[in-house]
Amino acid sequence: MRLTCTVNGERREADCAWEGESLLYVLRERMGLWGAKNACEQGECGSCSVYLDGTLVCSCLVLASQADGAEVRTVEGLAEDGELHPVQEAFVAAGAVQCGFCTPGLVVATHDLLERSPRPSDAEIREALAGNLCRCTGYEKIIDAVKDAATRLGSGD
Amino acid sequence: MSPTTTAPPRTAPVERGVGARVRRPDARLKVTGEFDYSSDLSADGVLWGATVRSPHPHARIRSIDTTRARAVPGVSTVLTHADVPGAKCYGLKVADQPVLAWDVVRYHGEPVALVAADHPETARRAAAEVIVDYEPLPPIVDSEDALADAAPPLHPDGNVVKHVHIERGDVAGAAARAEVIVRGEYEVGMQDQAFLGPESGLAIPTDFGVELHVATQWLHDDQRQLAACLGLPEHAVRIVCAGVGGAFGGREDLSMQVHASMLALHTGRPVKIVYGREESFFGHVHRHPARLAYEHGADADGRLVYVKCRTLLDGGAYASKSGAVCMVAAGTAAGPYVVPNVTLDVYATYTNNPPCGAMRGFGAVQSCFAYEAQMDKLAAALGLDPVELRRRNALETGGELPTGQRLDGPAPVAELLERLQAMPLPPEPDPDRARDIRELPGGVSNTTHGEGVRRGVGYAVGFKNVGMGGGVDDYSTARIRVCEQNGEPEVAVHTAACEVGQGGITIQAQIARAELGIDRVVVLPADTDVGSAGCTAGSRQTWLTGGAVKSACEAVRAELLRRAVERHGAHDSTLLLRDGAVVSENGELLATVADLVVDDPVEETREYRPPRRTEPLDENGQGNSFLSFGFAAHRAVVDVDVELGLVRVVEIATVQDVGRAINPLSVEGQIEGGIAQGLGLALMEQVQVRDGIVLNPSFTDYLIPTILDMPPVRSQILELPQPLAPYGLNGVGEPPTIASTPAIVSALRAATDQPLTRVPVRPDDIVGAMAG
Repeated sequence: MRLTCTVNGERREADCAWEGESLLYVLRERMGLWGAKNACEQGECGSCSVYLDGTLVCSCLVLASQADGAEVRTVEGLAEDGELHPVQEAFVAAGAVQCGFCTPGLVVATHDLLERSPRPSDAEIREALAGNLCRCTGYEKIIDAVKDAATRLGSGD
Repeated sequence: MSPTTTAPPRTAPVERGVGARVRRPDARLKVTGEFDYSSDLSADGVLWGATVRSPHPHARIRSIDTTRARAVPGVSTVLTHADVPGAKCYGLKVADQPVLAWDVVRYHGEPVALVAADHPETARRAAAEVIVDYEPLPPIVDSEDALADAAPPLHPDGNVVKHVHIERGDVAGAAARAEVIVRGEYEVGMQDQAFLGPESGLAIPTDFGVELHVATQWLHDDQRQLAACLGLPEHAVRIVCAGVGGAFGGREDLSMQVHASMLALHTGRPVKIVYGREESFFGHVHRHPARLAYEHGADADGRLVYVKCRTLLDGGAYASKSGAVCMVAAGTAAGPYVVPNVTLDVYATYTNNPPCGAMRGFGAVQSCFAYEAQMDKLAAALGLDPVELRRRNALETGGELPTGQRLDGPAPVAELLERLQAMPLPPEPDPDRARDIRELPGGVSNTTHGEGVRRGVGYAVGFKNVGMGGGVDDYSTARIRVCEQNGEPEVAVHTAACEVGQGGITIQAQIARAELGIDRVVVLPADTDVGSAGCTAGSRQTWLTGGAVKSACEAVRAELLRRAVERHGAHDSTLLLRDGAVVSENGELLATVADLVVDDPVEETREYRPPRRTEPLDENGQGNSFLSFGFAAHRAVVDVDVELGLVRVVEIATVQDVGRAINPLSVEGQIEGGIAQGLGLALMEQVQVRDGIVLNPSFTDYLIPTILDMPPVRSQILELPQPLAPYGLNGVGEPPTIASTPAIVSALRAATDQPLTRVPVRPDDIVGAMAG
């Protein structure tokens, strides 16, 4: 099966050997975009979060064929011209990254949250990111990072 | 006292040095998705490995037929025990675990055969075509049954992996004098490390042997075991630490290392094995579930006169680190308190349950849950405030543990509790204001708007040893090289210390900067091309590898100063390194480091050993078996829906002594993350095992705390210098996970008046008992 889609603004094609391949598998193994991670393959942990036609999805739960003709944006597509996106900058600065396996998913989910709600309350942040598991940080510094990112984006930083 | 204060400083302070809130050097790659984890590697012609695992907890293998699996198109090879080139068994302490089972399987999920194929799905399907004829045997699934005289031995030496007996004073005499005696039986469930990045790696055949890129905690012990199983000399096995997605003890034992390497050597092609979450639950050891029976006696003032305990740790099918976990559980069993008389017995047993071994807190977690519940019970029996009772019994510097070991470092138990109690409590909810349901038990499930919700507050304090104890030769190695790059000096730090997320690489760079006065520091990937760093475990790497980096930097500095003296004729004792230059006491530039190394880089390798060796415990459990101790106290505030048994933790406050915070940002991260794992054990995390079968190997069924489950953490960091350690630092990683669990359960007891003797606490424990 041949899949054609736009990934991070570029037209990409991939041949899937097996029709059961997930979008996550194709992004990683066939397109070399290793940013989205597999940590649960059940949509529980959010480590594989990407945008599919502008909607935040767990790419482990999306069949690659469902992405045919779609526009996909991954964590690799957030930084521009080598400059970190303010969300990425905030995660680095706040110490919100330890092992970092959850980080790409959290960065994409935070990007999505701040697009919808530029000044989220603590409770809103917690609700929005409840689908992203982190085992290292206890989430405290992630909340700091989200607030800092909101400030950076709000001030046009 | 500290070795660092005995000599005058030879380096001026630098930015981003020791004590600074330095950002991780790998964070940029991690936020952009470019960081290579062990699951993100590939190679031309790569094959995918899959593992055939036992569906039975205990069975005899009559035969293994791989014919059908070999016939699946795309399959390169199928291997069994007969193909293991070297030792058939491996293990961290005891080589009792088969690479691939041959006659008997001893736990659900034990590896039996391997497949390599050109697609992961093909490999999985072929694995399902391997026909293993099993004769199921009755499993032993309870530690008590395993200890019974009539129990069939699961291993040649019987079913006891380890028994630690600590005897001190006269318990019978003390019991006769005690004014108050409290007894309790407690239970701790099997917790999983649940690191986010499942086991994975890439094995590449080389001219001599194999190169393995893998997520692990100890490269050299992997190398030792891997070489033995492959029948290769150690130098033919090169291991590189690939990006590690968390560890928490779960990567101390081998998982796919031998399997991927066997497949690579057999096929002559690179082989990648990447576990999914389900396989990950079978692929690593868990925290020992425990049953703990305790008896505490005190005088009328609440001073402990004796403690007795009998603890059973279920080690599961293979030894792993059960022996060491048993020693720590026993060594900490009476808590951070002065107890003149003890009889403490801790057993680790073999059963047919999943193997258990290292997890953050390592035996201290189980004991702390029980002894802190006992302290609350004792306080209630005496009519004393629970914090006051702890304060009266608190160990302090100079005090002795039940093992006879004198505490010569900081032991600020009373101070931690006093500071914790002085911290403000979160405001009580306003009864006239509707609460945001996201702050209530049940949260967005909308199960309550505040009715039936009661608040409770609980305290606990715990401690654990730092470093490898029991007489292990604990050391680390560092190689430091200073060279010139574009006119600037650059330091390369090379160690085999595995960065598992804790921030060891940040700290190594900070120490090198501080010691050499050079800002540009590169931490090289960890591999077996440099000497062992020991395991990233036991809260030891900052101390041990930090010590090795410091020591190698000191040797490099001496050489740089020697060259400066030789070339520029100054008096050595007055020179120091600052901003990439050798300067005199009054700041006069003598030479730049770049000039000193331009054609001849300076390189030094040093091993570091702490100034004190530990020793094994004797037959009465006496001996200086631990290097030092880390202490932390926790206070939990909870809201409990007493009708539904649902819990919302409102806040955790903590005070921890860290000796010296080399990187406060990392220290806070360890404290907050460790508390989250303690909360998980208190409220939700348990590998459910019935008759030896694992029932919940997924993140749908094994729940870890989400951002909605975790409350804000209020932390206070104490820095009381640890005299034996470089910079006065102490281990930080484990203490947050120890007393956080009992603090939460103590708060639940305060809110519900229920005994709550097991963790994780289930809604039924809160509601069922109340209804009764």
